Amino acid sequence: MLFSLRLSLQVAAVATFFIIIVGITIAYFLARRNFSGKELLDVLFTLPLVLPPTVTGYYLIILFGRNGFIGKQIYAWTGWGIMFTWYAAALASFVVALPLMIKTTRAAIESVDKNLINASYTLGHSEFETTLRVILPLAKKGIIAGAVLSFARALGEFGATLMVAGNITGKTDTVPLAIYSLASSGEWSRANLMVIFFTLLSGLFLYIANKLNKGII
Amino acid sequence: MIIKSIIAFLLMSTFVALVAPQISTAADQQELTVSAAISLKNAFEEIGKLFEAAHKGVKVDFNFGASGDLVRQIEGGAPVDVFASAAQKDMDEAEKKGLVLPDSRINFAGNSVVLITPANSKIPIKTFQDLGLNQVEKIAAGNPKTVPAGRYAEEVFVYFKLLTAIKEKLIYAENVRQVLDYVARGEVDAGVVYTTDAMVKAKDIRIVATAPEESHKPVIYPAAVVKGTNKEILAKAFVSVLISEEGKKVLERYGFKLIKSVQ
Repeated sequence: MLFSLRLSLQVAAVATFFIIIVGITIAYFLARRNFSGKELLDVLFTLPLVLPPTVTGYYLIILFGRNGFIGKQIYAWTGWGIMFTWYAAALASFVVALPLMIKTTRAAIESVDKNLINASYTLGHSEFETTLRVILPLAKKGIIAGAVLSFARALGEFGATLMVAGNITGKTDTVPLAIYSLASSGEWSRANLMVIFFTLLSGLFLYIANKLNKGII
Repeated sequence: MIIKSIIAFLLMSTFVALVAPQISTAADQQELTVSAAISLKNAFEEIGKLFEAAHKGVKVDFNFGASGDLVRQIEGGAPVDVFASAAQKDMDEAEKKGLVLPDSRINFAGNSVVLITPANSKIPIKTFQDLGLNQVEKIAAGNPKTVPAGRYAEEVFVYFKLLTAIKEKLIYAENVRQVLDYVARGEVDAGVVYTTDAMVKAKDIRIVATAPEESHKPVIYPAAVVKGTNKEILAKAFVSVLISEEGKKVLERYGFKLIKSVQ
């Protein structure tokens, strides 16, 4: 059980780390730029949010499986495959949770007072500086909310993870997968333990996140 | 305003059109629900059609999965009429828990366990022992906790004294068809399935070895009527089809072994 817990936190943390970087970047361009096909791009990035995780898992297999479009190349170059590794679990979590980050961050950035942004420009700051020192700090609450939601979603990922990482005890069995195995084989008392512990832990994260959010005003 | 009403009307009529057929057929059609081990999928689907042809007005709904998962579902109250598993163990568990009618239990088919590799695999695997080779990195087998094929595979590994050597390479799948899929897609280097499964994806895989009969418990499929069914006669009829001449022909065609003893 301890392994699954550590693995879940590891997978969610790694996924969220990349989600924050990639999510903020994409959200910024969606919020601050206009280009043809922008809303189509937004839909594309939001798809994993509304698609069933098994469909997302299916696409990931097509892309990253041993004979997948990208997986084939990776294997040819390195002899390594992502399937059945914890990296695949992180990838699955990344893909399904990214839309949450993008949506909340885009909304937060779009709601930043444009006068303040323009003021920063007239004072001679570059776009990059303005983003870093004016826009992002003002959008902080939305960004943090997005990060917390993404982390929670990444922690609870099941369907896509099962399809690309498998449920290998001691290697890729995150808590949701482990609970599924225990329930499948009728080991209800062990499953109970994991479920209760995981619920309390998730509740704790949510509580801390809410406190953090409030403390930053 | 008019556009909104039109859209609302279209949505509602689509909804009704989709739901209505189910409402009417439920009234004049009987549905028999059969939970069966997923290795029986192709054979049972055909037997299902035979049964429907012989029993007008009856529709057979199949629920395929790993035998262990199926027992769990029936235990949880799933409204199933017939249960067929790939091992005696799961049916024994069902019987012990009072989930099936003991008098209805029969054995209807046998199978053998084979080692398969992707069709274009370049790794020289010719026997079970070759699984210990360094070039073999990933081996797929059913999860022994819920998949009979996984249990048989484990017994074979133990028989050949391979378990410790290959433990790190094992990838457990949720059911035997998933093992087949992993091998067919080349995600793993080898896998253990039934002969009948190998036949389904013959083009994408290669059978390299058959497990000797003494290396695992005999693979004998039992079937029984689930307790609490409100279609006992129909369910018993389905079970009888499995050991009828027609049923046996279908099973044989899909590669299942016919067994002499029935109880």
